[in-house]
Amino acid sequence: MSIWMTFIVALKALRRNAMRTALTALGMIIGVAAVIVMVAIGTGASSSIQAQIRSAGSNIVMVTAGSGGFGPVRQGQGAVTTLTADDAEAIRREIPGVRYVSPGLNTRTQIVAATGNWNTQVQGAGPDLAAIRSWPTQFGSFFTEDDVTAARKVAVLGSVVRDQLFGVGSDPTGEIVRIKNQPFQVIGVLTSKGQAAMGQDQDDTVLVPFTTVQKRLMGVQHVTNITVSAENGVPLDTMTDQIAELLRLRHKLQPGTDDDFLVRTLEEMASVLTSTTNTMTYLLAGIAAVSLIVGGIGIMNIMLVSVTERTREIGLRLAVGARDLDVLLQFLVESIVLSLVGGAIGIALGFGISFAVQRVMQWSAVVTPTAVAMSFGVAAAVGVFFGFYPARKAARLNPIDALRYE
Amino acid sequence: MTGGHSTADVAGPRPVISTRGLTKIYDVGEVQVPALRGVSIDVVPGEFVALTGPSGSGKSTFMHLLGCLDLATSGHYFLNGKDVSTLGSRELARVRNQEIGFVFQGFNLLSRTSALENVELPLLYAGHVPAAERRDRAIAALTAVGLGDRVDHHPNQLSGGQQQRVAIARALVNDPTLLLADEPTGNLDTKTSVEVMGIFQRLNIERGITIVLVTHEADIAEYGTRIITFRDGVVLNDSAIEHRRIA
Repeated sequence: MSIWMTFIVALKALRRNAMRTALTALGMIIGVAAVIVMVAIGTGASSSIQAQIRSAGSNIVMVTAGSGGFGPVRQGQGAVTTLTADDAEAIRREIPGVRYVSPGLNTRTQIVAATGNWNTQVQGAGPDLAAIRSWPTQFGSFFTEDDVTAARKVAVLGSVVRDQLFGVGSDPTGEIVRIKNQPFQVIGVLTSKGQAAMGQDQDDTVLVPFTTVQKRLMGVQHVTNITVSAENGVPLDTMTDQIAELLRLRHKLQPGTDDDFLVRTLEEMASVLTSTTNTMTYLLAGIAAVSLIVGGIGIMNIMLVSVTERTREIGLRLAVGARDLDVLLQFLVESIVLSLVGGAIGIALGFGISFAVQRVMQWSAVVTPTAVAMSFGVAAAVGVFFGFYPARKAARLNPIDALRYE
Repeated sequence: MTGGHSTADVAGPRPVISTRGLTKIYDVGEVQVPALRGVSIDVVPGEFVALTGPSGSGKSTFMHLLGCLDLATSGHYFLNGKDVSTLGSRELARVRNQEIGFVFQGFNLLSRTSALENVELPLLYAGHVPAAERRDRAIAALTAVGLGDRVDHHPNQLSGGQQQRVAIARALVNDPTLLLADEPTGNLDTKTSVEVMGIFQRLNIERGITIVLVTHEADIAEYGTRIITFRDGVVLNDSAIEHRRIA
């Protein structure tokens, strides 16, 4: 029998048991849709992380103070106090291709205004930080080099802090807030930037000159990080190496000793995050794949029932001249049609759900052609794999035994 | 019409069927049940042979061997001069498709499938037959059994006699040299049985198709030209019918 006729015969057989066909296909539909949606959500998550990192600036090198300690006792990140503002100046002066440099150190504290109070992160920074992070002010202006040199008590509020202390959308420029009981003048409010890749709210912050944090708030000489941005086209890995070399020299580290700092690019941090979300994606897709296999077993079950039910039909077909191969193909094509139709509907459903997730839950979900091609391929493979055993069982029947089957 | 029971020794037309020492033993668990114990007969073209005998005599087993639906345990079966016992499953399928038409007691029509499609079924397995030709040949076969006006009816819309006529049309559609019928009137009332036998007789007389038919009813057997009686797996009696009934 031609493959086209085999296909027609399979379609007729499936239509004869429409309800059963629909329920069997449903297993396939759910499996394929689940795989597509899970992969879409995972892919969406990692691409939105990458987009955020890119918006934070792809040309940024972060220097953070290392983990210090004596002997076997290791202290946490940023515990050493060897990183200083002079290091930042040295980087600006001596490393080629550097555009902006901002030393920084942070402290978490309560901020009090006349109209409310709020516990937040106080970030000490240089005046370059606004340019490095391309972060304009909504009201007022950022602090200047002059403010840093004089360690003035001026503050630029993140939008969340402004909302908490002075009311949503207000302009508190010129107001006074108290940080650790010292009066700071509000000179600006930053535009809203939203959540960062790790989930912390970037707008829940107050920026002050780092010298002010050193002298007025913490009484220290060091900084905990230096943010460096490179001119366009400058290779970041070279710059990373040069910064490390310079800092080792300045910190008088002997060859063989560990760095007391860490130099990383944002790209590196992004790749760590991306690999985490990838793991998540594989996990989700794996769970979804289980439902695909369950769907396949459903198909096998129905095909076995179908072969048993139609034993006499098989006997008749053999008696009028069907070859083993004809019978094998008939049932195999039936199961492939079943799984492919289920797969196609599943893909459509997967698209629909991904779209709904994007609209309703505001997650980004990206349906990739790879995921579609793969789940369709898996659906076809499931059809062949789980259809083969019942089909072979049918094809091996002896005509007279099949005809006499009760 | 020759009513003779020729053997291979006698010169004459080449037999359609020629069996030599055909045996069939069923394995039922540890017991071996012999159903046929050496059957040697010849059937020449144009004969209408009725196989009779009590149940368990081996006539149906013999019929299944003739139809290539089952394989003999030993012995030889020559169909149109070809030793069928040596054929592989692929060739056997071709023989069932091209050289033999089989009619069953229980009709064995595909349900929810029109008479036309039921009759077309063997043509689907007959290599490449274009759809239009399939349809024409199926309609011709249905017309030959008097159902030219029922081609689109489904089996559940047809009477028992009509269903058996559809089955006969299906057996005829590939123009086989041999028509085998296993108790074709077993599920039919007397009047319908006569109608169906009339069709067989017409095909035998007008078209010269060789027919072998299993029945346990003596009057049905008398529509043929020769009667072979089985008992306990061997041929008990083999004789020409002298006064043939005409349906």
